[in-house]
Amino acid sequence: MFRYIVRRLLQMVLTFFGATFLVYALIFANQNDPIQALAGERPITESQRLALTQRYHLDEGFFMQYWYYIKGLLTGDFGTSLTGRKIGDMMVDAWPVTARLALIAIVIAAVFSVTFGVYSAIRRGGLFDNLSLVVTLVLLAMPIVVIAPLFQLIFGIQLGWFPPTATRDATFWQLLLPAIVLACIVIAPEMRVTRTSVVENLRADYVRTARAKGLTRMRVIWVHVLRNSLIPVITLIGVDLGSLLAGAIVTEHVFNIPGVGFNLARAINTEDGPLVVGFVSILVILFLFINLLVDLLYAALDPRIRYE
Amino acid sequence: MSDLNTVTAAEAPGGQPNVPHGPVKKDKPRSLAADAWSELRRRKIFWIAIVLVAFILVMSFWPSLFTSADPRACSLSNQYKGPSGSALFGYDFQGCDVYAKVVNGAFNSIRVGVFSTLVAGIIGLIFGMASGYFGGWVDAVLSRFIDIMLGVPFLLAGIVLSRRLSSDPASDGVFAVTLTLGLLSWTSGARVMRSAVISAKQQDYVAAARMLGAKPSRLILQHILPNSIASYIVLLTLLLGINIASEATLSFLGVGLKGDAISWGIMIAEGTQFARTQPWPLVWPAIFLGVTVLAFIMLGDAVRDAFDPKLR
Repeated sequence: MFRYIVRRLLQMVLTFFGATFLVYALIFANQNDPIQALAGERPITESQRLALTQRYHLDEGFFMQYWYYIKGLLTGDFGTSLTGRKIGDMMVDAWPVTARLALIAIVIAAVFSVTFGVYSAIRRGGLFDNLSLVVTLVLLAMPIVVIAPLFQLIFGIQLGWFPPTATRDATFWQLLLPAIVLACIVIAPEMRVTRTSVVENLRADYVRTARAKGLTRMRVIWVHVLRNSLIPVITLIGVDLGSLLAGAIVTEHVFNIPGVGFNLARAINTEDGPLVVGFVSILVILFLFINLLVDLLYAALDPRIRYE
Repeated sequence: MSDLNTVTAAEAPGGQPNVPHGPVKKDKPRSLAADAWSELRRRKIFWIAIVLVAFILVMSFWPSLFTSADPRACSLSNQYKGPSGSALFGYDFQGCDVYAKVVNGAFNSIRVGVFSTLVAGIIGLIFGMASGYFGGWVDAVLSRFIDIMLGVPFLLAGIVLSRRLSSDPASDGVFAVTLTLGLLSWTSGARVMRSAVISAKQQDYVAAARMLGAKPSRLILQHILPNSIASYIVLLTLLLGINIASEATLSFLGVGLKGDAISWGIMIAEGTQFARTQPWPLVWPAIFLGVTVLAFIMLGDAVRDAFDPKLR
């Protein structure tokens, strides 16, 4: 296990440098004149230009600039947005909102997918099962750009059940509808995996033993079978965090939630290069860590899995 | 945004309940394709998908069959007028005919989807084949490279790359988006191709052909490729649907198609802003986009089930 962790960490370091390098190169390579971009329309004097060049190491080579960026990233200095705010401060404001949104979405998705997944596995081939297969297929195919605006229109504006947009402090009530939208992306795969895994486990010997001992059907299904069926589902929830974060960009944009995705979308539209790179880098690091955690969790949950 | 990994991972283990019906006639041995076809013919979902896809294709190549209105002839005096006989879906903020715009938007969706899938298909095929056939350091380098690509969430990479490629403000962004999606979406396919090639390579008929003195090029083209490409092509059908959705997402965020180009993603973005006043300019492009993506994913889903002997 220890050797596996070390090897995975080394792999992660490689991926980290590769990924940040790609992002950095794409944003900053052959940028025309970053100083003029910073100054906007105002004319800029020679001495200002010189000072800025030195401050941002613009006279040094591309790899040196990448080195400064990595150094800042690792010491917690994410640089300054073109608006003059520290990117680190903006993240402190934005992350809790997105984290809350993602957490609510994960809980909603887990509750729905496990309940419906187990139910359709028990009644396999029944009406509910066939219906849920169709519904999950539709959910799998619906892009978030379709779900988010339509849900906002139907449940937020037309029916008025939920607030259609969030305010600065983003309360639980305001985050509920966007969280349901986000949950829609991950509910379908989670439900299908729950269903398959419960169907497999229902045939297992230990289920027959438990029934033979005279345990009630409810106890066999919700305690014995479910515990063994949840392993793939839990890891899937971890993997889905990646798609949740991507979905958050669109969802926060639609519902006006001041989280990471909202800031990122705005940074893209205002061509705020440093801000984009800062947020994307953090997302990439988070994504890598989640993947590692999921792999380790998998081994911890299922004693049969051994990494060398 | 749907991600190819989750879609395949979610569905591969899920057995469809309505699989084989009736005894299969055993008159003569049938090929995998013939077998799959007889399986497909019975699936209702397959025919629904085929009809929808055909409808969308007709609409994208001959929009004049559906509407004679010019989608770019907008007049502010028509702003937010509701549906009527001349404009079935009403008018949007700019006073454009929503029906005409939706119908004409199909072309860009299909165009970007097909060409980006082609680009991704070719890259994935070459990388997957090379990785699986040569193994060794080629495989190690390519697999690490794919790991790095997958380390960046798809949408983030798409935003950054599309922005970089479409720096020319005069372009409509079609080329940039197509290239972006093509360059980013080949990874899952390459992995599938790699494992298919590895398992095909170890088959006895390949060993026999090699012993008979077949050149590597003949081995690859005549023996390994035909036996490993089925699942790859099915995957590309799914990818087509996903890439259409990705194009709309990028356009929605303002880094996809732009300027004069008509895109369902842009229409949804504009419609969202004014949904309070008039919901139809938002609802119709959303429905068309949803149905289009659904049709391609249903098609890929059905074909994959038919081609996978293990599910039967």
